[in-house]
Amino acid sequence: MADAASEVVAVAVTDPGKPAGRTRSLSSTLAMATAALLSSTGSQAGFLSDDADWQVSAGLLVYNEQDRVSAVEPVISARKSLDTDEFLNLKLTIDTLTGASATGAVSADLPQTFTRPSGNGQYRIGADSTPLDDTFKDTRVTLNAGWERPVAEELTLTLGTALSKEYDYLSLGLSSGLARDINGGNTTLSGGFSASFDASEPVGGEPVPFAAMQPSGTEQIRQGSGSDKQVYDAIFGVTQIIDQRSLFQLNYSISHSSGYLNDPYKFISVVDPVTGNPVFENGDQVDLPTVAYENRPDTRTKHSLYAQYKISLDDRILDTSYRFLTDDWGINSHTLDFRYRIPLSKGRYWQPHLRYYRQSAADFYTPFYIGENRPAAGDSSSTGSADYRLGELTGMTVGLEFGRRTTSSGWSVAAEYYLQSGDEPDNKFGALSSQTLYPDVDIFFLRFVRDF
Amino acid sequence: MQQQIIDMTTMTLRRPAARAVMSLAAIIWLSGCSSLGVNPWERGTLAKPEMALDSQPIVSALDDHIYFSKEASSGGRSFGGGGCGCN
Repeated sequence: MADAASEVVAVAVTDPGKPAGRTRSLSSTLAMATAALLSSTGSQAGFLSDDADWQVSAGLLVYNEQDRVSAVEPVISARKSLDTDEFLNLKLTIDTLTGASATGAVSADLPQTFTRPSGNGQYRIGADSTPLDDTFKDTRVTLNAGWERPVAEELTLTLGTALSKEYDYLSLGLSSGLARDINGGNTTLSGGFSASFDASEPVGGEPVPFAAMQPSGTEQIRQGSGSDKQVYDAIFGVTQIIDQRSLFQLNYSISHSSGYLNDPYKFISVVDPVTGNPVFENGDQVDLPTVAYENRPDTRTKHSLYAQYKISLDDRILDTSYRFLTDDWGINSHTLDFRYRIPLSKGRYWQPHLRYYRQSAADFYTPFYIGENRPAAGDSSSTGSADYRLGELTGMTVGLEFGRRTTSSGWSVAAEYYLQSGDEPDNKFGALSSQTLYPDVDIFFLRFVRDF
Repeated sequence: MQQQIIDMTTMTLRRPAARAVMSLAAIIWLSGCSSLGVNPWERGTLAKPEMALDSQPIVSALDDHIYFSKEASSGGRSFGGGGCGCN
Protein backbone atom coordinates (compact mmCIF):
# COMPACT_ATOMS: atom_id res chain seq x y z
CA MET A 1 0.00 0.00 0.00
CA ALA A 2 2.77 2.39 0.90
CA ASP A 3 4.79 1.54 -2.20
CA ALA A 4 1.84 2.06 -4.50
CA ALA A 5 1.10 5.47 -3.03
CA SER A 6 4.74 6.50 -3.27
CA GLU A 7 4.84 5.61 -6.93
CA VAL A 8 1.68 7.61 -7.59
CA VAL A 9 3.14 10.66 -5.87
CA ALA A 10 6.48 10.26 -7.62
CA VAL A 11 4.67 10.42 -10.95
CA ALA A 12 2.68 13.38 -9.76
CA VAL A 13 5.61 15.55 -8.78
CA THR A 14 7.95 14.79 -11.63
CA ASP A 15 5.57 15.28 -14.50
CA PRO A 16 4.12 18.76 -14.19
CA GLY A 17 3.81 19.82 -17.81
CA LYS A 18 1.37 17.71 -19.72
CA PRO A 19 -1.55 18.24 -22.10
CA ALA A 20 -4.95 18.96 -20.59
CA GLY A 21 -6.42 15.67 -21.76
CA ARG A 22 -3.76 13.70 -20.01
CA THR A 23 -4.22 15.79 -16.90
CA ARG A 24 -7.83 14.72 -16.68
CA SER A 25 -6.80 11.13 -17.17
CA LEU A 26 -4.10 11.29 -14.53
CA SER A 27 -6.37 13.14 -12.17
CA SER A 28 -8.98 10.45 -12.55
CA THR A 29 -6.37 7.75 -12.04
CA LEU A 30 -5.10 9.46 -8.90
CA ALA A 31 -8.62 9.84 -7.60
CA MET A 32 -9.29 6.17 -8.13
CA ALA A 33 -5.98 5.24 -6.52
CA THR A 34 -6.71 7.46 -3.53
CA ALA A 35 -10.21 6.14 -3.17
CA ALA A 36 -8.96 2.58 -3.37
CA LEU A 37 -6.23 3.25 -0.81
CA LEU A 38 -8.59 4.93 1.60
CA SER A 39 -11.49 2.60 1.17
CA SER A 40 -11.82 -0.57 3.17
CA THR A 41 -13.72 -2.44 0.49
CA GLY A 42 -13.63 -2.64 -3.26
CA SER A 43 -17.29 -1.73 -3.64
CA GLN A 44 -16.75 1.56 -1.83
CA ALA A 45 -13.83 2.35 -4.10
CA GLY A 46 -16.08 1.75 -7.09
CA PHE A 47 -18.70 4.10 -5.73
CA LEU A 48 -16.16 6.82 -4.99
CA SER A 49 -14.52 6.62 -8.39
CA ASP A 50 -17.78 6.61 -10.36
CA ASP A 51 -17.54 10.25 -11.18
CA ALA A 52 -14.47 11.97 -12.55
CA ASP A 53 -15.41 15.14 -10.64
CA TRP A 54 -12.45 15.03 -8.26
CA GLN A 55 -9.97 17.65 -7.20
CA VAL A 56 -6.70 15.89 -6.48
CA SER A 57 -3.54 17.30 -4.92
CA ALA A 58 -0.27 15.54 -4.24
CA GLY A 59 2.79 16.64 -2.35
CA LEU A 60 6.21 15.44 -1.38
CA LEU A 61 8.34 16.71 1.48
CA VAL A 62 12.06 15.93 1.61
CA TYR A 63 13.38 16.91 5.04
CA ASN A 64 16.89 16.87 6.43
CA GLU A 65 18.34 17.91 9.78
CA GLN A 66 22.08 18.27 9.69
CA ASP A 67 23.62 15.16 11.35
CA ARG A 68 20.20 14.14 12.68
CA VAL A 69 16.85 13.08 11.25
CA SER A 70 15.97 12.73 7.57
CA ALA A 71 12.41 12.24 6.37
CA VAL A 72 10.51 11.72 3.16
CA GLU A 73 6.80 12.43 3.34
CA PRO A 74 4.51 11.89 0.35
CA VAL A 75 0.90 12.99 0.67
CA ILE A 76 -2.07 12.74 -1.64
CA SER A 77 -5.47 14.27 -1.08
CA ALA A 78 -8.71 14.13 -3.04
CA ARG A 79 -11.87 16.17 -2.77
CA LYS A 80 -15.05 15.03 -4.38
CA SER A 81 -18.22 17.02 -4.87
CA LEU A 82 -21.13 14.84 -3.79
CA ASP A 83 -23.89 17.40 -4.17
CA THR A 84 -24.37 21.14 -4.10
CA ASP A 85 -21.91 22.37 -1.44
CA GLU A 86 -21.43 18.81 -0.20
CA PHE A 87 -17.94 17.36 -0.32
CA LEU A 88 -15.96 14.31 0.65
CA ASN A 89 -12.27 14.84 1.51
CA LEU A 90 -9.72 12.05 1.67
CA LYS A 91 -6.03 12.27 2.46
CA LEU A 92 -3.21 9.77 2.77
CA THR A 93 0.18 10.69 4.26
CA ILE A 94 3.21 8.45 4.59
CA ASP A 95 6.13 9.65 6.67
CA THR A 96 9.43 7.77 6.62
CA LEU A 97 12.03 8.85 9.17
CA THR A 98 15.63 7.76 9.71
CA GLY A 99 18.62 9.17 11.50
CA ALA A 100 19.70 10.30 14.92
CA SER A 101 17.67 11.98 17.63
CA ALA A 102 18.85 13.97 20.65
CA THR A 103 18.37 11.98 23.86
CA GLY A 104 18.55 14.82 26.36
CA ALA A 105 21.88 13.73 27.85
CA VAL A 106 24.66 16.32 28.11
CA SER A 107 27.83 16.26 26.06
CA ALA A 108 30.98 15.79 28.12
CA ASP A 109 34.74 15.86 27.76
CA LEU A 110 34.66 12.11 28.36
CA PRO A 111 33.28 9.43 26.03
CA GLN A 112 29.90 8.00 27.06
CA THR A 113 28.25 4.71 26.08
CA PHE A 114 24.46 4.41 26.21
CA THR A 115 22.10 1.44 25.95
CA ARG A 116 19.67 1.36 23.06
CA PRO A 117 15.93 1.66 23.93
CA SER A 118 15.39 -2.06 23.34
CA GLY A 119 17.91 -2.84 26.09
CA ASN A 120 19.99 -4.76 23.58
CA GLY A 121 22.96 -3.01 22.01
CA GLN A 122 24.76 0.21 22.76
CA TYR A 123 25.99 3.35 21.06
CA ARG A 124 29.13 5.27 21.95
CA ILE A 125 29.29 9.04 21.99
CA GLY A 126 32.75 10.61 21.72
CA ALA A 127 34.03 13.40 23.91
CA ASP A 128 32.55 16.86 23.28
CA SER A 129 29.69 15.44 21.17
CA THR A 130 25.95 15.78 21.72
CA PRO A 131 24.49 12.36 22.61
CA LEU A 132 22.28 11.27 19.71
CA ASP A 133 20.55 7.91 19.42
CA ASP A 134 21.25 6.90 15.85
CA THR A 135 18.67 4.11 15.74
CA PHE A 136 15.76 6.43 15.07
CA LYS A 137 13.73 4.83 12.31
CA ASP A 138 9.99 4.86 11.77
CA THR A 139 7.28 4.90 9.16
CA ARG A 140 4.01 6.64 9.87
CA VAL A 141 0.87 6.16 7.81
CA THR A 142 -1.99 8.59 8.29
CA LEU A 143 -5.46 8.47 6.78
CA ASN A 144 -7.86 11.39 7.02
CA ALA A 145 -11.44 11.40 5.84
CA GLY A 146 -13.82 14.33 6.06
CA TRP A 147 -17.32 15.15 4.98
CA GLU A 148 -18.86 18.59 4.74
CA ARG A 149 -22.39 19.56 3.85
CA PRO A 150 -24.87 22.37 4.46
CA VAL A 151 -27.36 21.51 7.20
CA ALA A 152 -29.38 24.72 7.14
CA GLU A 153 -29.32 28.04 5.37
CA GLU A 154 -25.82 29.50 5.66
CA LEU A 155 -24.81 26.71 8.05
CA THR A 156 -22.21 24.09 7.13
CA LEU A 157 -21.35 20.96 9.09
CA THR A 158 -18.01 19.18 8.82
CA LEU A 159 -17.20 15.76 10.23
CA GLY A 160 -13.78 14.18 10.15
CA THR A 161 -11.86 11.14 11.23
CA ALA A 162 -8.16 10.39 11.36
CA LEU A 163 -6.09 7.27 11.80
CA SER A 164 -2.34 7.38 12.28
CA LYS A 165 -0.07 4.40 12.85
CA GLU A 166 3.63 4.18 13.38
CA TYR A 167 5.74 1.40 14.80
CA ASP A 168 5.28 2.34 18.44
CA TYR A 169 2.26 4.64 18.27
CA LEU A 170 -1.37 4.54 17.24
CA SER A 171 -3.76 7.48 17.10
CA LEU A 172 -7.47 7.63 16.33
CA GLY A 173 -9.18 10.98 15.96
CA LEU A 174 -12.67 12.36 15.45
CA SER A 175 -13.62 15.94 14.72
CA SER A 176 -16.67 18.02 13.96
CA GLY A 177 -17.29 21.64 13.15
CA LEU A 178 -20.00 24.13 12.30
CA ALA A 179 -19.60 27.30 10.24
CA ARG A 180 -22.29 29.94 9.87
CA ASP A 181 -22.23 32.76 7.35
CA ILE A 182 -23.84 36.00 8.48
CA ASN A 183 -23.81 39.61 7.43
CA GLY A 184 -24.44 38.80 3.78
CA GLY A 185 -21.65 36.26 3.69
CA ASN A 186 -19.07 38.79 4.87
CA THR A 187 -18.66 37.19 8.27
CA THR A 188 -18.25 33.53 9.10
CA LEU A 189 -18.54 32.26 12.65
CA SER A 190 -17.09 28.83 13.23
CA GLY A 191 -16.67 26.36 16.04
CA GLY A 192 -15.24 22.89 16.21
CA PHE A 193 -14.36 20.04 18.52
CA SER A 194 -11.95 17.18 18.12
CA ALA A 195 -10.92 14.20 20.20
CA SER A 196 -7.86 12.06 19.73
CA PHE A 197 -7.17 8.74 21.41
CA ASP A 198 -3.53 7.70 21.27
CA ALA A 199 -1.71 4.59 22.44
CA SER A 200 2.06 4.26 22.65
CA GLU A 201 4.06 1.07 22.94
CA PRO A 202 7.65 2.22 23.36
CA VAL A 203 10.44 -0.02 22.15
CA GLY A 204 11.67 -1.94 25.18
CA GLY A 205 8.69 -0.92 27.31
CA GLU A 206 7.74 2.18 29.29
CA PRO A 207 10.59 3.43 31.47
CA VAL A 208 10.02 3.98 35.19
CA PRO A 209 10.29 7.75 35.80
CA PHE A 210 13.79 8.78 36.90
CA ALA A 211 15.05 5.18 36.89
CA ALA A 212 18.64 4.88 35.70
CA MET A 213 19.57 3.35 32.36
CA GLN A 214 21.05 -0.13 32.80
CA PRO A 215 23.87 -1.80 30.83
CA SER A 216 23.05 -3.43 27.52
CA GLY A 217 21.87 -7.01 27.82
CA THR A 218 20.65 -6.62 31.38
CA GLU A 219 17.08 -6.01 32.48
CA GLN A 220 16.00 -2.38 32.10
CA ILE A 221 13.76 -0.77 34.73
CA ARG A 222 10.37 -0.63 33.02
CA GLN A 223 6.72 -0.45 34.07
CA GLY A 224 4.75 -2.21 31.37
CA SER A 225 4.49 -2.06 27.64
CA GLY A 226 2.85 1.34 27.18
CA SER A 227 0.09 3.77 28.05
CA ASP A 228 -2.63 5.87 26.47
CA LYS A 229 -3.16 9.56 25.89
CA GLN A 230 -6.31 11.56 25.15
CA VAL A 231 -6.38 14.98 23.51
CA TYR A 232 -9.49 17.16 23.32
CA ASP A 233 -9.50 20.35 21.27
CA ALA A 234 -12.08 23.08 20.83
CA ILE A 235 -11.73 26.00 18.44
CA PHE A 236 -13.85 29.10 17.89
CA GLY A 237 -13.24 31.57 15.12
CA VAL A 238 -14.49 34.51 13.14
CA THR A 239 -13.57 35.24 9.55
CA GLN A 240 -14.35 38.70 8.24
CA ILE A 241 -14.13 40.25 4.79
CA ILE A 242 -12.85 43.77 5.28
CA ASP A 243 -13.07 45.18 1.77
CA GLN A 244 -12.69 44.09 -1.85
CA ARG A 245 -9.10 43.04 -1.38
CA SER A 246 -8.56 42.00 2.24
CA LEU A 247 -9.89 39.71 4.93
CA PHE A 248 -8.86 38.41 8.32
CA GLN A 249 -9.46 35.52 10.67
CA LEU A 250 -9.28 35.34 14.46
CA ASN A 251 -9.35 31.99 16.28
CA TYR A 252 -9.26 31.01 19.91
CA SER A 253 -8.52 27.40 20.72
CA ILE A 254 -8.14 25.33 23.82
CA SER A 255 -6.54 21.91 23.99
CA HIS A 256 -6.46 19.51 26.90
CA SER A 257 -4.21 16.44 26.94
CA SER A 258 -4.16 13.77 29.60
CA GLY A 259 -2.49 10.42 30.12
CA TYR A 260 1.03 9.44 29.13
CA LEU A 261 2.67 12.64 27.89
CA ASN A 262 6.31 11.54 28.36
CA ASP A 263 8.75 10.89 25.57
CA PRO A 264 9.92 7.37 26.55
CA TYR A 265 13.24 7.76 24.72
CA LYS A 266 14.37 10.92 26.53
CA PHE A 267 16.47 11.04 29.69
CA ILE A 268 18.39 13.46 31.89
CA SER A 269 22.08 13.36 32.80
CA VAL A 270 23.18 13.33 36.41
CA VAL A 271 26.38 15.34 36.85
CA ASP A 272 28.90 15.48 39.68
CA PRO A 273 28.26 18.53 41.90
CA VAL A 274 31.99 19.31 42.10
CA THR A 275 33.46 18.49 38.68
CA GLY A 276 30.42 19.00 36.43
CA ASN A 277 31.21 15.72 34.66
CA PRO A 278 28.56 13.03 34.16
CA VAL A 279 28.41 10.57 37.03
CA PHE A 280 29.67 7.08 36.15
CA GLU A 281 28.56 4.82 38.98
CA ASN A 282 27.60 1.59 37.28
CA GLY A 283 29.93 -1.17 38.43
CA ASP A 284 29.13 -3.46 35.49
CA GLN A 285 29.79 -0.91 32.77
CA VAL A 286 32.12 1.88 33.77
CA ASP A 287 31.51 4.05 30.67
CA LEU A 288 27.70 4.06 31.16
CA PRO A 289 26.79 7.47 32.59
CA THR A 290 23.99 7.75 35.13
CA VAL A 291 20.98 9.06 33.24
CA ALA A 292 17.41 9.20 34.58
CA TYR A 293 14.36 8.72 32.38
CA GLU A 294 12.16 11.81 32.16
CA ASN A 295 8.70 12.36 33.63
CA ARG A 296 6.25 15.07 32.54
CA PRO A 297 2.94 16.07 34.08
CA ASP A 298 0.09 13.78 33.06
CA THR A 299 -2.12 16.66 31.93
CA ARG A 300 -1.56 19.71 29.79
CA THR A 301 -3.93 22.55 28.90
CA LYS A 302 -3.03 24.93 26.09
CA HIS A 303 -4.74 28.14 25.02
CA SER A 304 -3.94 29.83 21.75
CA LEU A 305 -5.00 32.92 19.89
CA TYR A 306 -4.42 32.95 16.15
CA ALA A 307 -4.86 35.93 13.84
CA GLN A 308 -4.40 35.92 10.08
CA TYR A 309 -4.64 38.84 7.70
CA LYS A 310 -4.52 38.54 3.94
CA ILE A 311 -4.49 41.39 1.45
CA SER A 312 -4.15 41.71 -2.31
CA LEU A 313 -1.90 44.62 -3.22
CA ASP A 314 -2.51 45.04 -6.94
CA ASP A 315 -1.68 41.49 -8.03
CA ARG A 316 0.62 40.76 -5.13
CA ILE A 317 -0.68 39.00 -2.03
CA LEU A 318 0.56 39.48 1.50
CA ASP A 319 -0.43 36.67 3.87
CA THR A 320 0.54 37.26 7.47
CA SER A 321 -0.35 35.52 10.71
CA TYR A 322 0.44 35.62 14.39
CA ARG A 323 -0.18 33.01 17.08
CA PHE A 324 0.17 33.36 20.80
CA LEU A 325 0.11 30.17 22.85
CA THR A 326 0.25 29.66 26.57
CA ASP A 327 -0.07 26.48 28.62
CA ASP A 328 -0.01 25.24 32.18
CA TRP A 329 3.47 23.77 31.70
CA GLY A 330 4.78 27.33 31.74
CA ILE A 331 5.36 27.55 28.00
CA ASN A 332 4.45 30.78 26.22
CA SER A 333 5.15 31.09 22.53
CA HIS A 334 4.88 33.65 19.76
CA THR A 335 4.78 32.74 16.07
CA LEU A 336 4.89 35.26 13.23
CA ASP A 337 4.53 34.16 9.63
CA PHE A 338 4.78 36.14 6.38
CA ARG A 339 4.26 35.00 2.81
CA TYR A 340 4.40 37.42 -0.09
CA ARG A 341 3.21 36.19 -3.46
CA ILE A 342 4.68 38.01 -6.47
CA PRO A 343 3.03 37.13 -9.79
CA LEU A 344 4.95 36.70 -13.01
CA SER A 345 3.58 36.04 -16.50
CA LYS A 346 1.49 32.99 -17.48
CA GLY A 347 0.32 32.22 -13.94
CA ARG A 348 3.82 31.81 -12.57
CA TYR A 349 4.77 33.33 -9.23
CA TRP A 350 7.45 33.69 -6.58
CA GLN A 351 6.58 33.50 -2.93
CA PRO A 352 9.18 34.38 -0.28
CA HIS A 353 8.40 33.09 3.21
CA LEU A 354 9.59 34.23 6.64
CA ARG A 355 8.65 32.66 9.96
CA TYR A 356 9.75 33.58 13.45
CA TYR A 357 9.06 31.46 16.53
CA ARG A 358 10.01 32.01 20.15
CA GLN A 359 9.06 29.90 23.16
CA SER A 360 9.82 30.01 26.86
CA ALA A 361 10.86 26.86 28.71
CA ALA A 362 8.53 24.47 30.48
CA ASP A 363 8.64 24.85 34.27
CA PHE A 364 10.05 21.34 34.64
CA TYR A 365 12.68 21.62 31.92
CA THR A 366 16.12 20.86 33.27
CA PRO A 367 19.20 20.24 31.11
CA PHE A 368 20.79 18.07 33.84
CA TYR A 369 20.50 17.04 37.48
CA ILE A 370 23.24 17.92 39.94
CA GLY A 371 24.06 14.90 42.08
CA GLU A 372 21.38 14.12 44.62
CA ASN A 373 18.85 16.57 43.08
CA ARG A 374 17.63 13.76 40.87
CA PRO A 375 14.21 12.50 42.04
CA ALA A 376 14.08 8.92 43.24
CA ALA A 377 13.32 6.20 40.73
CA GLY A 378 9.57 5.72 40.49
CA ASP A 379 8.75 9.14 41.96
CA SER A 380 5.92 9.89 39.58
CA SER A 381 4.89 12.98 41.54
CA SER A 382 8.07 14.77 40.43
CA THR A 383 8.55 16.09 36.92
CA GLY A 384 11.62 16.74 34.83
CA SER A 385 12.69 16.63 31.20
CA ALA A 386 15.82 17.58 29.27
CA ASP A 387 14.04 17.43 25.91
CA TYR A 388 15.43 20.52 24.16
CA ARG A 389 12.01 21.12 22.54
CA LEU A 390 10.71 22.05 25.99
CA GLY A 391 13.52 24.54 26.57
CA GLU A 392 13.69 28.21 25.72
CA LEU A 393 14.32 28.40 22.00
CA THR A 394 14.00 30.49 18.88
CA GLY A 395 13.19 29.21 15.40
CA MET A 396 13.72 31.15 12.21
CA THR A 397 12.56 29.96 8.79
CA VAL A 398 13.47 31.50 5.45
CA GLY A 399 11.98 30.01 2.32
CA LEU A 400 11.22 30.62 -1.32
CA GLU A 401 8.48 29.04 -3.39
CA PHE A 402 8.14 29.08 -7.15
CA GLY A 403 5.03 27.83 -8.87
CA ARG A 404 2.45 28.13 -11.55
CA ARG A 405 -1.32 28.15 -11.30
CA THR A 406 -3.81 28.01 -14.13
CA THR A 407 -7.58 28.00 -13.80
CA SER A 408 -7.69 24.22 -13.53
CA SER A 409 -4.37 23.11 -12.05
CA GLY A 410 -1.09 24.20 -10.56
CA TRP A 411 2.24 23.15 -9.16
CA SER A 412 4.85 24.57 -6.84
CA VAL A 413 8.30 23.80 -5.54
CA ALA A 414 9.71 25.36 -2.39
CA ALA A 415 13.01 25.32 -0.53
CA GLU A 416 13.05 26.28 3.13
CA TYR A 417 15.78 26.64 5.75
CA TYR A 418 14.88 26.42 9.44
CA LEU A 419 17.37 27.30 12.16
CA GLN A 420 16.55 26.41 15.74
CA SER A 421 18.67 28.02 18.44
CA GLY A 422 18.37 27.43 22.15
CA ASP A 423 19.65 29.37 25.09
CA GLU A 424 22.57 27.79 26.93
CA PRO A 425 21.69 27.01 30.57
CA ASP A 426 22.97 29.69 32.91
CA ASN A 427 23.79 27.18 35.66
CA LYS A 428 26.61 25.44 33.80
CA PHE A 429 29.64 24.87 35.99
CA GLY A 430 32.91 22.94 36.07
CA ALA A 431 33.47 20.72 33.04
CA LEU A 432 30.00 21.61 31.72
CA SER A 433 31.11 25.20 31.15
CA SER A 434 33.15 24.19 28.13
CA GLN A 435 30.31 22.11 26.62
CA THR A 436 27.57 23.23 24.24
CA LEU A 437 24.43 21.85 25.83
CA TYR A 438 21.96 23.46 23.44
CA PRO A 439 23.47 23.16 19.96
CA ASP A 440 21.76 24.81 17.00
CA VAL A 441 19.69 22.56 14.78
CA ASP A 442 19.91 23.25 11.04
CA ILE A 443 17.02 21.96 8.96
CA PHE A 444 16.63 22.13 5.21
CA PHE A 445 13.55 20.92 3.39
CA LEU A 446 12.15 20.80 -0.12
CA ARG A 447 8.45 20.69 -0.81
CA PHE A 448 6.72 19.79 -4.06
CA VAL A 449 2.99 20.19 -4.57
CA ARG A 450 0.89 19.42 -7.63
CA ASP A 451 -2.80 20.28 -7.98
CA PHE A 452 -4.55 18.34 -10.72
CA MET B 1 -4.26 25.10 38.14
CA GLN B 2 -7.03 27.38 36.86
CA GLN B 3 -5.65 30.23 38.95
CA GLN B 4 -2.25 29.65 37.41
CA ILE B 5 -3.65 29.89 33.88
CA ILE B 6 -5.42 33.14 34.67
CA ASP B 7 -2.29 34.60 36.20
CA MET B 8 -0.20 33.65 33.17
CA THR B 9 -2.71 35.12 30.76
CA THR B 10 -2.83 38.36 32.71
CA MET B 11 0.92 38.48 32.75
CA THR B 12 1.29 37.90 29.05
CA LEU B 13 -1.23 40.58 28.13
CA ARG B 14 1.37 43.09 29.20
CA ARG B 15 3.48 41.97 26.29
CA PRO B 16 3.20 44.20 23.21
CA ALA B 17 2.37 41.46 20.71
CA ALA B 18 -0.42 39.98 22.80
CA ARG B 19 -1.75 43.45 23.51
CA ALA B 20 -1.81 44.23 19.76
CA VAL B 21 -3.89 41.14 19.02
CA MET B 22 -6.32 41.88 21.84
CA SER B 23 -6.58 45.49 20.65
CA LEU B 24 -7.38 44.30 17.14
CA ALA B 25 -10.06 41.99 18.50
CA ALA B 26 -11.52 44.82 20.58
CA ILE B 27 -11.60 47.22 17.63
CA ILE B 28 -13.38 44.66 15.49
CA TRP B 29 -15.86 43.95 18.26
CA LEU B 30 -16.58 47.59 19.01
CA SER B 31 -16.80 48.74 15.40
CA GLY B 32 -19.21 45.94 14.61
CA CYS B 33 -18.61 43.61 11.73
CA SER B 34 -21.57 45.09 9.87
CA SER B 35 -19.51 48.11 8.91
CA LEU B 36 -17.06 45.84 7.12
CA GLY B 37 -17.61 43.74 4.04
CA VAL B 38 -18.54 44.03 0.39
CA ASN B 39 -21.39 43.18 -1.92
CA PRO B 40 -21.40 39.81 -3.69
CA TRP B 41 -20.50 41.39 -7.03
CA GLU B 42 -17.43 43.01 -5.49
CA ARG B 43 -15.69 39.77 -4.57
CA GLY B 44 -13.76 39.08 -7.77
CA THR B 45 -10.36 39.41 -6.08
CA LEU B 46 -11.39 37.62 -2.90
CA ALA B 47 -12.78 34.70 -4.92
CA LYS B 48 -9.39 33.84 -6.39
CA PRO B 49 -8.06 30.53 -5.03
CA GLU B 50 -4.82 32.18 -3.90
CA MET B 51 -6.84 34.59 -1.69
CA ALA B 52 -8.34 31.73 0.35
CA LEU B 53 -7.10 31.87 3.95
CA ASP B 54 -5.70 28.36 3.60
CA SER B 55 -4.93 28.44 -0.11
CA GLN B 56 -2.44 25.55 0.06
CA PRO B 57 -3.79 22.94 2.51
CA ILE B 58 -1.09 20.40 1.70
CA VAL B 59 1.63 22.98 2.35
CA SER B 60 -0.01 23.89 5.66
CA ALA B 61 -0.26 20.24 6.68
CA LEU B 62 3.36 19.44 5.81
CA ASP B 63 4.68 22.56 7.56
CA ASP B 64 2.50 22.05 10.63
CA HIS B 65 3.84 18.52 11.00
CA ILE B 66 7.44 19.77 10.93
CA TYR B 67 6.87 22.43 13.55
CA PHE B 68 4.71 20.12 15.69
CA SER B 69 7.65 17.73 15.93
CA LYS B 70 10.28 20.40 16.63
CA GLU B 71 8.51 22.89 18.89
CA ALA B 72 6.30 22.81 21.98
CA SER B 73 3.40 24.59 20.23
CA SER B 74 0.86 23.43 17.69
CA GLY B 75 -2.54 24.32 16.31
CA GLY B 76 -4.06 27.78 16.15
CA ARG B 77 -5.17 27.84 12.55
CA SER B 78 -6.96 24.55 13.13
CA PHE B 79 -6.87 21.68 15.61
CA GLY B 80 -3.49 20.96 17.14
CA GLY B 81 -4.28 17.66 18.83
CA GLY B 82 -2.51 14.33 18.89
CA GLY B 83 -1.92 11.95 16.04
CA CYS B 84 1.82 11.56 16.21
CA GLY B 85 4.35 10.15 18.61
CA CYS B 86 6.94 12.70 17.52
CA ASN B 87 6.22 15.16 20.31
